[in-house]
Amino acid sequence: MARLLQRLGLRCLGIVEQLGRIALFALSLSRAVLSPPARPGRVVQEVFDVGVLSLVIVCISGAAVGMVLGLQGYNTLIRFGAEESLGAVVGLSLIRELGPVLTGLLVTGRAGSAMAAEIATMVATEQLDGLRMMSVDPVHLVAMPKAVAMVVAMPLLSALFIVCAIFGGYVAGVEILGVDSGTYFSSLESSVDFRDDVAGSLLKALVFGVVVGLIATYRGYTSEPTSAGVSASTTATVVVSSVTILVFDYFITALWGV
Amino acid sequence: MQPSPSRDLAVGLFVLAGLCAVAWLSVQVGGLALGPSDRSVFHASFDQVGGLKPRAPVVVAGVRVGSVVAISLGEDLRAHVTLDVDGTLKLPDDTSAAIRTSGLLGDQFIALEPGGSETALAPGSTIAFTQNALSIESLIAKFATGLGSGGEK
Repeated sequence: MARLLQRLGLRCLGIVEQLGRIALFALSLSRAVLSPPARPGRVVQEVFDVGVLSLVIVCISGAAVGMVLGLQGYNTLIRFGAEESLGAVVGLSLIRELGPVLTGLLVTGRAGSAMAAEIATMVATEQLDGLRMMSVDPVHLVAMPKAVAMVVAMPLLSALFIVCAIFGGYVAGVEILGVDSGTYFSSLESSVDFRDDVAGSLLKALVFGVVVGLIATYRGYTSEPTSAGVSASTTATVVVSSVTILVFDYFITALWGV
Repeated sequence: MQPSPSRDLAVGLFVLAGLCAVAWLSVQVGGLALGPSDRSVFHASFDQVGGLKPRAPVVVAGVRVGSVVAISLGEDLRAHVTLDVDGTLKLPDDTSAAIRTSGLLGDQFIALEPGGSETALAPGSTIAFTQNALSIESLIAKFATGLGSGGEK
């Protein structure tokens, strides 16, 4: 019994310690963002890796999600003779929830995992120790541009996802199922508000960018310097980021009603 | 990190496309007003607003000209509705406001009906003539009691 309690206590202390370490890492990351040099070249390279290379899967997934929403929404709404609200259903569900959340999950899988694996490999091959020997701060040179790129790219990718999905819903609802095109867009525009919906959507995407950027760089930076450590940090990044995104989504929605 | 023009171009295009998407969502879909817009605000009091909600459309002759900004309960215990209407519109000062429903169970909106007066309604003023939301329940109740008394005769 005492052994069990001991183990429980150890677990809890371990979780608290992890949270503390992440907080300290976040602190040193934000200090790195503020301290010169800004390293624009590195940031551009990372925005290319995160943003441009994720563009194709984000747009294709967006269009597919939009088409499914159009189809499902139409089939449900037609029962109540309310298929003219299709634009509102597609637009609101995308802007408030699906856009930022699905983009966050996609970018975690596509770019967050690569980010963690890259840093973890640098740890395993002692490149970060080499940087420290040359008195270059590895957080500033390696982790900071990646985290900044994630924060910059996430809202833009989320907005592109939503636009692709709205047109996917248009294709399914208007072109295939025959809802009136003007009705689709007017129901979309009259139900979506900038302050209530669009600003909240961008806020969510921004928060998810911070979450994924922080977790990916932290997991890579603190991985074990072995090949098993690289794979463990990659897995942990995807799992922890995905769960955190879904949990944060609930809290942002509950606290600010987005 | 050596500079690479094609990579920089791709990143620039990506950021531009992303910002365009944000702008489209904000301005076109979200209805964000850029710059000083020509809008005027009117007030109207109703005894019963029913299911009217903020952002419900305001229409004149079936054409959307604005939206409901706020609904609050005034000191006289009537519902005070604030309307945001296109400022270029010249409404006569005997315009009346009625709460209507689109379809049987659709959303409620405010229909403005211009009167025949020569003088225009000043922005910020209160619309004097209002017509309350029609409650389907009370209509059904009236209909049911009417039927009942008819049957007894």
